Amino acid sequence: MHLVNIDDVEMRYGGPEGTLAVSGLNVKMDRGEFVAVVGPSGCGKSTLMKLTTGLQRPQKGAVVVAGQEVTKPISIVGMAFQNPIMLPWRTTLDNILLPLEIVEKHRRRIRTHRKEYIEKAEHLLELVGLKGFGPKYPWQLSGGMQQRANLCRALIHEPELLMLDEPFGALDAFTREELWCVIRDLHASSDVTVMLVTHDLRESAFLADRILVLSARPGRVIADHRVPFERPRELDLLFDNDFNHLVQDLHSEIARARDAA
Amino acid sequence: MSAQKKGLTFIQLAPWIYTAALFALWEAAVWLFDLPVTFLPAPSRIAEAIVQYWGAIWSNSLQTLYTTLLGFALAMVGGLAIGLLIGWSRSIYAGLYPLMIGFNAIPKVAVVPILIIWFGIGSVPAIITAFLISFFPIVVNVATGLATIEPETEDILRALGAKKMDIMIKVGIPRSMPYFFASLKVAITLAFVGSVLSETVGSNNGLGNMMAAAQSRFNVPLVFAGLVMLAIEGIVMYAIMAWIERRMTGWAHRSSM
Repeated sequence: MHLVNIDDVEMRYGGPEGTLAVSGLNVKMDRGEFVAVVGPSGCGKSTLMKLTTGLQRPQKGAVVVAGQEVTKPISIVGMAFQNPIMLPWRTTLDNILLPLEIVEKHRRRIRTHRKEYIEKAEHLLELVGLKGFGPKYPWQLSGGMQQRANLCRALIHEPELLMLDEPFGALDAFTREELWCVIRDLHASSDVTVMLVTHDLRESAFLADRILVLSARPGRVIADHRVPFERPRELDLLFDNDFNHLVQDLHSEIARARDAA
Repeated sequence: MSAQKKGLTFIQLAPWIYTAALFALWEAAVWLFDLPVTFLPAPSRIAEAIVQYWGAIWSNSLQTLYTTLLGFALAMVGGLAIGLLIGWSRSIYAGLYPLMIGFNAIPKVAVVPILIIWFGIGSVPAIITAFLISFFPIVVNVATGLATIEPETEDILRALGAKKMDIMIKVGIPRSMPYFFASLKVAITLAFVGSVLSETVGSNNGLGNMMAAAQSRFNVPLVFAGLVMLAIEGIVMYAIMAWIERRMTGWAHRSSM
């Protein structure tokens, strides 16, 4: 059974005359799979995220996550956006603990089991290379460090589904590659399912098991690539011929999708 | 190092030096142009008046401070509450905001006679005027703080199953605090305007009343003595608000890291 099953979904914003964001959208994701979504800008990638997490409900079709139709926000997801939006009045550690104060399962326990949760958060910080930065305020961290902390926050409540919306868009190339490896290792060491929305084709090819190419608005899936490279993948892969062929194919598909619009 | 230290002390002394210079210029101008005391009394003459009338000045200053602070406290509580309410709900915002702009546009001097009819001569009209005039900037600031929450923050929290109340408590209220405390600095000075206005129009005590009475007796030095006391109270209260702002929302002033 699929963890995520989006079946013939249509979503229109702003009433019957509004923009049709996605139409005839079909996406299936297996448990533990890493799926990247690419496409021309305005192709409904963010809509796909909102539909999957239950922030938006489709006008047509069904979104089923973990065997249940999504009718309201579901707390088995963790989200990270391009803008890390840490709350500046909380320390990095407290920012990471924030989801636990919200999610039904944890909010009753956090007062009594705080120590246990803090240990978990510190373990996550160590995983992403931020050991010891918990007591610092977010504005004392660099952009890349904030994005690492952002990942910790998305993961603290052990989501089954991790949704990443261009999380590395605002970072420099080297930091971005470092964080690719962080994500790769996080995915390898747990059974989390990841949906990564990105503009960066190399990022998608390096990280994902499957790459979905969306058409221009209204968005639907026009290609579904299985990424053949063996795991674990190293950064050398970026200079591999097959890798570059895949990136080129993706590139020309998106270019055609743009022209078709 | 020592030059830097010197520069710093000069900046710290600057307010005092500039104030002293202003009074010196003033004193010199009065002396130079031989201005009559009923037109513009010299600072030395004002100081004399302060000493001479100290008993009245002190009790009236306390009275004005009392009405101002009480009105200001009400504005703080009410402004925060209404601001949060407006930020909470779009429909409350849509309904209440035009009303408040209307109330704010009414000159408060026109409201004071009505307050006197309702509550009689005394402290109550002054307190209410101080409240009315300082209430609005607090409401607007708190509502702005709530209205500018990043949509992504809300998305993340809502995706986790957060209720509106959760978002308000975890994000909305802390986020609007710098706006709230910044507005207090504006509001406290406005509160003085309100209370003195009300005391001047109709009251038996307070600095406004004292100055109005002194003016009718051509006791111009006493009028200026009242102004000086108001300036001092205003500066002190502003400084206290600025201090509270720094203490409460240090995270919003990042340069101090």
